[in-house]
Amino acid sequence: MEFLTEFPALGRKTLSGLKRGVDEAFKGFSRTYGEALENFFDPLLQFLIWFEKLLLATPWPIILLVIGGLSWAGSRSWKITTGAVVAFIVIGIFDMWEDTMATLAIISVATFLCIAVGIPIGILMARSNRMQSLITPVLDVMQTIPSFVYLIPVVMLLGIGKVPGLLAVCIYAIPPIVRLTNLGIRLVDADVLEAADAFGASPRQKLMGVQVPLALPNIFAGINQTIMMALSMVVIASMIGVKGLGVPVLRAISNQYLALGLMNGLAIVALAIIFDRVSQSYGKRLQAHRHGGHR
Amino acid sequence: MSDAKVQIKNLYKIFGRHPARVLPLVKKGLSKPDLLDQHNHVLGLQDVSLDIPEKKIQVVMGLSGSGKSTLIRHINRLIEPTDGQILIDGQDVLGMNDADLREVRRRKTSMVFQKFGLLPHRKVKENVGYGLEIQGVADGEIATRAQHWIDRVGLTGYEDHYPGQLSGGMQQRVGLARALATDSEILLMDEAFSALDPLIRYDMQSILLELQEELHKTIIFITHDLDEALRLGDNIAILRDGAMVQKGTAQDIVLKPADDYIADFTKDINRGRVIRLDALAAGTAPSDAPVLEGKAVLEDALPAFVQAPAQVIGVKMPGGGVGQVTLAQVVEALRGDH
Repeated sequence: MEFLTEFPALGRKTLSGLKRGVDEAFKGFSRTYGEALENFFDPLLQFLIWFEKLLLATPWPIILLVIGGLSWAGSRSWKITTGAVVAFIVIGIFDMWEDTMATLAIISVATFLCIAVGIPIGILMARSNRMQSLITPVLDVMQTIPSFVYLIPVVMLLGIGKVPGLLAVCIYAIPPIVRLTNLGIRLVDADVLEAADAFGASPRQKLMGVQVPLALPNIFAGINQTIMMALSMVVIASMIGVKGLGVPVLRAISNQYLALGLMNGLAIVALAIIFDRVSQSYGKRLQAHRHGGHR
Repeated sequence: MSDAKVQIKNLYKIFGRHPARVLPLVKKGLSKPDLLDQHNHVLGLQDVSLDIPEKKIQVVMGLSGSGKSTLIRHINRLIEPTDGQILIDGQDVLGMNDADLREVRRRKTSMVFQKFGLLPHRKVKENVGYGLEIQGVADGEIATRAQHWIDRVGLTGYEDHYPGQLSGGMQQRVGLARALATDSEILLMDEAFSALDPLIRYDMQSILLELQEELHKTIIFITHDLDEALRLGDNIAILRDGAMVQKGTAQDIVLKPADDYIADFTKDINRGRVIRLDALAAGTAPSDAPVLEGKAVLEDALPAFVQAPAQVIGVKMPGGGVGQVTLAQVVEALRGDH
């Protein structure tokens, strides 16, 4: 009877031995390779520090001008541009400028990294069904595993700081861009691809001239999602030493400071909305061929 | 045979998981329905052979499912055959590696599609220049050559439109210009005009014939429409269930249908516009009879009969000499067998 009510689990001794074994193995791994990995990521760290310093050292009116300029370049809409500039002015007035710049720095670098790594992976996935069936479960794990769980090995390997924070953000934020790049390329009309084949396009010419351009709307939706997810990781990243708007939020949680939490939380929301609107309207503008006409 | 630009020899195409395994059965005469029932494979093409002469329009006709679109895709190997041979200018297309095949597709063949296959993110001029871009032609030259063909198909003024902004007929003009722009000798047209409504289709046929007058390309034209086949084709081949049923000129098809299936097909067409005088001419004409060209179709010859003494006219024969045709013969030919 006991056999049925109690699940026949491994004994406590076996289990703790197993866990210790894994921990020791990983510790050994991080002792051997930790430094090499840190060196590997050093250029990234230097760039991140440089970018953050640049944002902080630039006089705020210039930053506002640049924000306005980028918003206009992306969206061509006065509404969005004014909204972005006003949001940053309000952020400045409430004394969150420095934290916002730090967050902006890490989000920009994380997004850039995700695009640089994610789009090629997405293309790879689109080209082979085997790659797709290999990578899809990895993406599923990356999106569903609680962030704290993968924070543990990342911190064990690289310690606390900007780079592990950046990696944590990227692990969480990269799946959408990979998935949507893959999807976008797979959705390209077979008739159009056949035409490209018939004219003797090489695989590279097909990719760059037909597949990627026609997948752009989906790729842009992926970039948009990636930015949003990166922003939502700001608070968790601050737990492992990333400066920015997450730090005061974390302090607010542990001390029950309602106003502080709300202010910084809303600043994150403002950033998210600005990124979202600008990148979406840029994505739409890229597809001039979809406007008007017979379809 | 040496003037054949494209030769298709004993081509088989079987769709399914193990085409090579069932091929011997098909060669022994297993029928299409039996192949599907017993082995779950679909017979696409069955022992198709066709010599396509240079600088002529070869029409391949058949109803849907007859394998005609499959056949045309074998010529530039968009589809790999199960068995058989395809030669372009005597070169074996099936033995080529990817690079050689691409070279054939870039320089020797170009294709026009039923669903146009235009690149929706590119303007008309960029679509027309696509084949040249793939070849690696310089931008300036692409622009001039693309413009030339845009003008030729009557799309001047639409260079900066996107395909989505054009009507079906205009989109297919873009498709035609794109195919012509590469200066390839072989033009593959897969039901190119079938998606267009009848008036526009007629216009496009006229454009094609007009261009062919001066370009003399080797055109392989797929259609399910007999009127279109008869109007365009120097030669016509008819496919049914993946097998070649009849090959010949428009007249051959109409006057000597190979079987009831084809006879049924040709029943309702206007025979007066297909049958030519030289198909009926025989003997020698009386000296007072008016003389017409042998390639004149019956419909055009009728007024001459009315004026001719005794309703007999002379016809210039291909080998020289003048044959005679009587009105009674013409009436008989126009009536057909029924």
